[in-house]
Amino acid sequence: MRESTIMKIHYGTAIAAVALVAVHVLMRLTQGFAESLEYESVLANYKFVPYAIMLELILVLLSIHGFNGLRVILLELKQGRIYEKAVSYGCLAAMIGLIAYGSRTIIVVNMGLV
Amino acid sequence: MAQVSSIAEEQASTPLSSSKSITLRISRYNPKHDDSSVFMEFTVPYQKWTTVLEAILDVKKHFDHSVAVRYSCRQATCGSCGMMINGKPKLACFTKISELNSDVITVEPMSNFPIIRDLAVKFERMFETHHKIKPYLIRDDTELESDAKEFLQSPKEVEQYIQFANCIKCGLCNSACPTMATDSSFVGPQALAQAYRYVADSRDKGKDSRLKMIDEPHGIWRCHFAGSCSQVCPKGVDPAMGIQLLRGYLLGFRS
Repeated sequence: MRESTIMKIHYGTAIAAVALVAVHVLMRLTQGFAESLEYESVLANYKFVPYAIMLELILVLLSIHGFNGLRVILLELKQGRIYEKAVSYGCLAAMIGLIAYGSRTIIVVNMGLV
Repeated sequence: MAQVSSIAEEQASTPLSSSKSITLRISRYNPKHDDSSVFMEFTVPYQKWTTVLEAILDVKKHFDHSVAVRYSCRQATCGSCGMMINGKPKLACFTKISELNSDVITVEPMSNFPIIRDLAVKFERMFETHHKIKPYLIRDDTELESDAKEFLQSPKEVEQYIQFANCIKCGLCNSACPTMATDSSFVGPQALAQAYRYVADSRDKGKDSRLKMIDEPHGIWRCHFAGSCSQVCPKGVDPAMGIQLLRGYLLGFRS
């Protein structure tokens, strides 16, 4: 993938994440802070499908943006063909791993396994 | 020959008459023998108009002829005498001692360049990246062909790139760039500004190949817009702006 395409995705995910995190913060304001962190409250959020989809989107957007940012920092830190490939594929694998782990939480709750 | 030698003797014995003097600290380093650089101090007389390059040449003439320094035109045109003067990249021939407002002047080789000796640095990497962006007009036709006309431009078209054509390849922008300090593969502000100079030229048809060359992991996207390249340019070129304008092409805001 061309670097300009990656950077377009990087900027796009940042803008979209800011908008969705703002909605997420506003949703949290409907409850008290301590109350919103209670076990039942958290489960209820995951079971409310539109909100769960939004949380999933935030997870995906921030993972893409964050791990690409990490890749860029690491590429500037050191150079070399093998190192650069390891950094790029390592960040991609970590990003997929984090999205999978976060999604698993939402899926498990919605399947009634918790 | 005898006349030349008598002139040289006369110059060497010319008394230095000046009421003011500064301490010139020159970084000495020869990578072939030395582990690290050391500073040698010289007391040099100066006048209101004396430049740092003249002070260094004074040291070479009267104190230590082995100081290595690259220079040529002495009028900020050739771009040879770039160095760190009191910690900032400047042209030695374009920097007056009286303007520095300091009794001690420290000169070091430019940062982000390998040192040949003392104040002289290698330009190979900068010239290589400059060459890579194809710094010439790319066209299928030529104005040298018969029946062809000149490639005329309107003043507005010239304005798009003309300040970037003032680059003298002195390397001060690359020396000031924080990304150049950490990323040894970064294209650098000099080459990126020159890429913009040709991409923005209405006569040029090589935009796509140049954009492709800079659109890679160590290309244009590694610029953090610190802006130090534009601050140090002795010719008033604004590489930071050129880089942002080039990004506009890659992001689809400009065509």
